[in-house]
Amino acid sequence: MELILSLGIGIMTGSGVWLILRPRTYQVIIGLALLSYAVNLFIFGVGGLKVNAPAILADGVPVSDYTDPVPQALVLTAIVIGFATTALFLVVLLASRGLTGTDHVDGREQSQ
Amino acid sequence: MPDKLLLFLLLLPFVGSIVTAFLWRTAARTLPASLAGGVALGATILTALYYPSVTAGKVVRFEVGWLPELGLNFTLRMDGFAWLFAMLVTGIGFLVTVYARYYMSAEDPIPRFFSFLLAFMGAMLGVVLSGNIILLSIFWELTSIFSFLLIGYWYHNANARDGARMALTITGIGGFCLLVGFLLIGHIVGSYDLDEVLAAGAVIKEHPLYLPALILILIGALTKSAQFPFHFWLPNAMAAPTPVSAYLHSATMVKAGVFLLVRLWPALSGTFEWFWLVGFAGISTLLLGAYFAIFQRDLKGLLAYSTISHLGLITTLLSLGSPLAAVAAIFHMVNHATFKASLFMAAGIIDHETGTRDMQKLSGLFRFMPYTATLAMVACAAMAGVPLLNGFLSKEMFFAEAVETHADSVLDRALPYIATLAGAFSVAYSIRFIHTVFFGPPPTDIPKPNPHEPPRWMRFPVEFLVFACLIVGIVPSLSIGPFLSTAVISVLGPDTPQYSLHVWHGFNLPLAMSVIAMIGGTALYFALHNYLAHAEDGPPILRHLRGQRIFERILVTVSWKWARWLEANLGTRRLQPQLRLVAGISFLSAFVPLYISGFEARLPPLSGVDPAFAMIWVIGMLSALTAAVVAKYHRLAALLMIGGAGIVTCVTFAWLSAPDLAITQLLVEIVTTVLLLLGLRWLPKRLGKVDDSTTFSARLRRLRDFAIAVVCGVGMSVLAYAVMTLPVPNTIANYFLEHAYTEGGGRNVVNVILVDFRGFDTLGEIAVLGIVALTVFALLRRFRPAAESIEVPEQQRIQNAYDQDQPERQEGDTVRDYLLVPSVVMQWLFPVVITFAIFLFMRGHDLPGGGFAAGITMAIAFLLQYLGGGTRWAEDRLRILPLRWIGFGLLVAVATGAGSWFFGYPFLTSHSQYLTLPLIGKVPAATALLFDLGVFGLVVGATVLILIAIAHQSIRTYRVKTVPKTEDA
Repeated sequence: MELILSLGIGIMTGSGVWLILRPRTYQVIIGLALLSYAVNLFIFGVGGLKVNAPAILADGVPVSDYTDPVPQALVLTAIVIGFATTALFLVVLLASRGLTGTDHVDGREQSQ
Repeated sequence: MPDKLLLFLLLLPFVGSIVTAFLWRTAARTLPASLAGGVALGATILTALYYPSVTAGKVVRFEVGWLPELGLNFTLRMDGFAWLFAMLVTGIGFLVTVYARYYMSAEDPIPRFFSFLLAFMGAMLGVVLSGNIILLSIFWELTSIFSFLLIGYWYHNANARDGARMALTITGIGGFCLLVGFLLIGHIVGSYDLDEVLAAGAVIKEHPLYLPALILILIGALTKSAQFPFHFWLPNAMAAPTPVSAYLHSATMVKAGVFLLVRLWPALSGTFEWFWLVGFAGISTLLLGAYFAIFQRDLKGLLAYSTISHLGLITTLLSLGSPLAAVAAIFHMVNHATFKASLFMAAGIIDHETGTRDMQKLSGLFRFMPYTATLAMVACAAMAGVPLLNGFLSKEMFFAEAVETHADSVLDRALPYIATLAGAFSVAYSIRFIHTVFFGPPPTDIPKPNPHEPPRWMRFPVEFLVFACLIVGIVPSLSIGPFLSTAVISVLGPDTPQYSLHVWHGFNLPLAMSVIAMIGGTALYFALHNYLAHAEDGPPILRHLRGQRIFERILVTVSWKWARWLEANLGTRRLQPQLRLVAGISFLSAFVPLYISGFEARLPPLSGVDPAFAMIWVIGMLSALTAAVVAKYHRLAALLMIGGAGIVTCVTFAWLSAPDLAITQLLVEIVTTVLLLLGLRWLPKRLGKVDDSTTFSARLRRLRDFAIAVVCGVGMSVLAYAVMTLPVPNTIANYFLEHAYTEGGGRNVVNVILVDFRGFDTLGEIAVLGIVALTVFALLRRFRPAAESIEVPEQQRIQNAYDQDQPERQEGDTVRDYLLVPSVVMQWLFPVVITFAIFLFMRGHDLPGGGFAAGITMAIAFLLQYLGGGTRWAEDRLRILPLRWIGFGLLVAVATGAGSWFFGYPFLTSHSQYLTLPLIGKVPAATALLFDLGVFGLVVGATVLILIAIAHQSIRTYRVKTVPKTEDA
């Protein structure tokens, strides 16, 4: 479980980092989306992985059997905020494309 | 007098300042001046009334808690010394307001002047009355700031701006050093309370941090008192209006430095380091200031250098470390304030009447203004130290102390000669002031040809101060005696020495030194007389060595050259290097601590792998990698791929017992995909592959980025694996799990954390969400899409062309009928989805769901109507008003939080119980549910606002913007 998830997080991070270092704005937005998945999963994983553990309080279940709710609460808001920032970035991206005529992240093609 | 009135005394000038500032429309001079004068007079009387409370070493204290966690209290403290200074600050402040009423021209913005002046008075009182050294340093900074504003009062004048900036830079740096020094003292003593600091002198002087603290505090004090080598800001500050020079730059602010030295005298003085540091600064300033003063052409320049020199005299006295010298220092502070303020005012009168302060142009004014001339002559004589005037008494005390041996060293043995020489210089410049300005032939070359006596009340402050000089000089023990003694006792306590304030002490060495200085100074002046009448400004040779120029060069180097160098070598405006740095730093900041703490990667066990889970993640990894490869040219494919990765994430959450996250992730996935799809409409296709991977440097760049990505990915994997396999310690989770039901009244712990335990965080987060949505909305209002994407999309063009070819079809039919069946289904789903949203919301406290998930579901319900029927169709039938949803959500959330105040609980305390409703049964009715309603409303509003704002772009009409040629290049 842990092995697969951590490999997955690594691959997502690697792909995300590669993309945010690219010159096209759309690549960066996709990269950020991948990075946010990876980071959310990582934070979620900090609480330890439990399969089939109860998530809702029930009578007579010892406290240690439940999943850790704290990282979940953190990630839940992060998911929603992630949507908002993606939207903001998208709008900036579109406006920049309209104003500068290019989709390069610096607003102009690099003269090499 | 009640202690609480101290606070009133301190606040009075500040309140006066604010009130005066509101008179900014008035053109009259009298109203703001009388207001300021009234405040200053009131403060003077109030201070005077405190006198009985501070005699014989008594102290008035006022204390309120300020930051008790840090051991900081807002303490005001008035002892005899503080009282004497407070009298100077308020009393001379009053005289200056009277004077300024006549000095300032009607064209100047008068209320601004008096407002700043009063604020400065308040800050200065704060310095004097602070009973806490941190508080003192805050008021200290305030005096620098108001001094800056007052020097720069005539900001249309470049000299005023430069002088103000220089004064602020120098005293500001000093103030910062002072604060650090105070922090060190606080660290040594363990308290910032002034009384405790003063009582801990022995501890401080023994401590290894004594020297750094001393140096830092001295930098603060010496910059403020314009001591060598920081003296040069004071002559440049003479660009200020003369009342400001009289008040700040002779009587009060520049005294703050020596005030502080006296204040901390019991705690810091008497060591070898103290003698050398303070003594060196004091003696060089004393001599250089007096020497420079002789050669000034500007009247105020002469007075400024003379002030520097006299402050040097006080500093020198303080360096000696003997109680008798401290008495002389305190005495001279008062004397200097009296005669120097009156001289500045006299100089201001001369400037006012003749239009110039240049001593080479002024001459023979005695015949035009005999009264003012007489006053100025008396004050000048006091400055020179002529008997029967106050300056003489403290100067004699200084000479007596100079003769005494304190710390046997070169500096100490040379002091009598230096003191006599400086005395001679001061006689020379005093005579120059009088002789050139008031005697000789009538002036020929002055801007205002007919000078005459100033108005009666403009002269009054000068008269008053000169009168004080005389009284103190003639009958010292009857006039200043008791007050001086009160001040001295409060500083020196039991060490207070015997001293006598008599005018005549018999024929002794100090008297002989005085006589030598008088004769020498007179001779020096008449020897230099002809030279001075035509010479350039400034002393010979040394005029080329100007502190100002050095200062400016340093400033240019630091703030321009170095900054440019750093920017050129380390800065970039390009995003990619910045992100590369961010990635690199993130990696290092995780890697280095792990490496140092001896982190060892353990071999992962391959057992316990669920094949289904593994298969899911193979898809997830492939999606991520594919997205990375295709994002440049195949945007839609990349979007689908991150959708895949998102679904895998969502399944992972579900698999690992996090139903709330799975629901939210799934819903957000939907809206994100729709959002990006809407965005793709405005992102023109990338035409033709730009072959940028052929050059060697491009390949190298890609290789480097690839390496960074791989390193980050591997690092993250290892880190994630390590974190996940570590045994989870007994975390705060248990607290939440144990208390969620008993205190939060909910069984869904995640939701209880969000809306109850950490409700304040959630409030912040939904506020951010609302702000982002509004920003998106605002950005899109003036949106100009790329020129290439303004036309109708290709697909619609084909469809419309088809419609035109068919005789029975109208243009737009195909578009309208496109996906007709799904769109009908979507319309039918509207109530279903809304019901589902309400369901998610209601069960949120006990079962997976909650405000966030319900809000996004609701937004999807609206979204489906837009997708199914088109923007126009949906808006004909629905008025959603997302801005109101946002406002409603935020208000409900805040009101719920504030509601707990009415029951005497802190913000966002929740109350929970179950209600039994007919038909439905038991329903949880926690106030947290109301808060969740706020979250719900805001999420709906924000999501819908963002999506609709983008969707709306399609039905706007755009003019094709002609892109200028230069931008294409």
